[in-house]
Amino acid sequence: MGPWLRPGSRDIAVSEVNTDNEYYHDRVVKMLVMCSILWAVAAMAAGVYVAAELVWPTIDFGQPWLSFGRLRTLHTNGIVFGFGVSALMGTAFYSVQRTCHVPLFLPKLAWFTAIAWQLGVLLGGLSLLAGMNAGKEYAELEWPFDIAITIVWVCFAIVFFGTIGHRRIKPIYVSNWFYGGLIIVIAMLHIGNSLAMPATLFKSYSLFAGAQDAILQWWYGHNAVGFLLTGGFLGMMYYFLPKQAERPIWSYRLSIIAFWAFTYSYIWAGPHHLHFNSIPDWVQSLGMVMSLILLAPSWATMINGIMTVSGAWQKLRTDPALKFIVLSLAFYGLATFEGPMMAIKSVNVVSHFTDWTIGHVHSGALGWNALITFGTFYYLVPRLVGRELHSVKLANIHFWLALAGTMLYILAMWGAGVSQGLLWLSLDEFGELRYSFRDIMASMPPYYLLRLFAGLIFLSGTILMAFNLFKTISGAKTIQVRPPAVHGAGVSS
Amino acid sequence: MSGLGLHKKLEENTGLLIFGILFVSSIGGLVQVLPSLFQESLETATENTTVYSPLELMGRDIYIREACSVCHSQQIRPLLAEVERYGPYSRAGEFVYDRPFLWGSKRTGPDLHRIGGKYSDEWHRLHMTNPRDVVPKSIMPAYPWLGNREANARGDIGKRLTALQKLGHPYSDEDIANSTAAVEGKTELDALISYLQKLGTAYGHGDKP
Repeated sequence: MGPWLRPGSRDIAVSEVNTDNEYYHDRVVKMLVMCSILWAVAAMAAGVYVAAELVWPTIDFGQPWLSFGRLRTLHTNGIVFGFGVSALMGTAFYSVQRTCHVPLFLPKLAWFTAIAWQLGVLLGGLSLLAGMNAGKEYAELEWPFDIAITIVWVCFAIVFFGTIGHRRIKPIYVSNWFYGGLIIVIAMLHIGNSLAMPATLFKSYSLFAGAQDAILQWWYGHNAVGFLLTGGFLGMMYYFLPKQAERPIWSYRLSIIAFWAFTYSYIWAGPHHLHFNSIPDWVQSLGMVMSLILLAPSWATMINGIMTVSGAWQKLRTDPALKFIVLSLAFYGLATFEGPMMAIKSVNVVSHFTDWTIGHVHSGALGWNALITFGTFYYLVPRLVGRELHSVKLANIHFWLALAGTMLYILAMWGAGVSQGLLWLSLDEFGELRYSFRDIMASMPPYYLLRLFAGLIFLSGTILMAFNLFKTISGAKTIQVRPPAVHGAGVSS
Repeated sequence: MSGLGLHKKLEENTGLLIFGILFVSSIGGLVQVLPSLFQESLETATENTTVYSPLELMGRDIYIREACSVCHSQQIRPLLAEVERYGPYSRAGEFVYDRPFLWGSKRTGPDLHRIGGKYSDEWHRLHMTNPRDVVPKSIMPAYPWLGNREANARGDIGKRLTALQKLGHPYSDEDIANSTAAVEGKTELDALISYLQKLGTAYGHGDKP
């Protein structure tokens, strides 16, 4: 039995020296984790369904809400804002207490944040199915939701930074820089990109038009990926990987350099989504160069993570949680290498508008975001309820399903995407188009069928996890953990 | 060691850390995005670019509602193959009345920027109602409900034009007053088709690419 099977033992042991009658607020963490799991299953199921619609286009049965455009938008929003943000909120609340040795600041506001966010995702999702759509990718929710999101996000910030402000440990731990970056930068991006003129309660028009709107949108869109799906989850990595590996972070200095370089350079990379589009050339070129530079801080963090596990490799044999987290770092490395490559204009000319982009997104979303979250949940849930994981065997099966699903998905989309990109551009010896769009499209079903299969494999793994974790939780109470006593370490701020 | 010294201050002071993140993450936007938002050439219409008529605007909003841009781009890149396939490449000045822009990021179906005038209204009617009646291997969803719904069922076309007028689109008060009559009796399918038929027509197929 590995040490990870003794949930909470460390926390409890340390807590005995604390004489204050205060406890970490972990019930709100548990609620967020459970919601995140439910969103994962629901939004991945929606993803599988839209994948099936691309093979059998009539299975929307003429129902507007089942139609591809609406359901696909629900899929992306459900994954990013339901599964992703709930997991980030939950793990941020869990780790910020433990790295600051203090319970959450304004716990009732934390509960409000958690519940209001879930309501927002639910009602927002329904509004998308009903056809309320602002028309900007990953920012589709209409203006009433945009305002609600801003309010909840400010509450999130107050709870998070308030907790840090009351900390009993002088230095702010690195995971909190990343979670903090997530909160601050996403607020800036969301407010900037959502500026709009309402026409009715259900419809608004963007404050900017055409090319300017496009530049603003990809400043938002790319950095939502940057500071939410990359930075936010790096915060998760910096807390849960060292805990699980029982090793300190390999290089403190590298984590500093990588954090600030990441925060500085990510913002510039958005225009690589608009290569050869009707925006100024200098904006495109700058976007490309900064995307290439971004490879350095991205990989610096990956190296820091991998080296942290170094020396604890034997744990990978017995510890499914650590396996997920380490594999997620490998996919993080793959996706953050592929991204800069696709940002090179001469590569982008082939990859843009194709399924290659979809493959790239999923090597990040499945391989990195989902896997590190799964690993973190396998670590976290037993500790939250003071029980062993219901079944280590099921977790191991989940690991292989998740890996197989991700690999097959990426392969299918590489095949489809590279074919599309090359065939669209293919000219014969007279300079005439060699293939019609229809013929190229008609050759896609094998790839789309493989992608559907891959999605099903991945989804079935997620369902196994949901079963496993709910079995672990069911009937158990959240255990109460006290902050450890801290001797002689005052706080300066 | 001054770098680590500076960082010691940042990581021991919540306010400084928040400010540091905000400052460092703003630079890119201030240098690269903000100037573009005030660049006049990006908001100057090309010679023949006009605002959408009430019916076309309704059609555009239906295009957004059904998230057509998830599968169709409206952006022809200046590449030989694209210009041959779709027509003259897209100019920034053609999109100045597009709120939001609908360039898209994926072509599961073909680009639509120059779709206007390529097919007849009747072809679009058949295609929207069941794409496989005209393109046998198409994987596009059918939109049978568009033909049964009134374009202005909510009666808010005037409000839509008013919002755009506030944003500087050259609609006259008279245009807004007459907008309800302009879409009277039209279905959502009529509106969508009229939008598609306008797309990209500011720059003709006869013009130089």
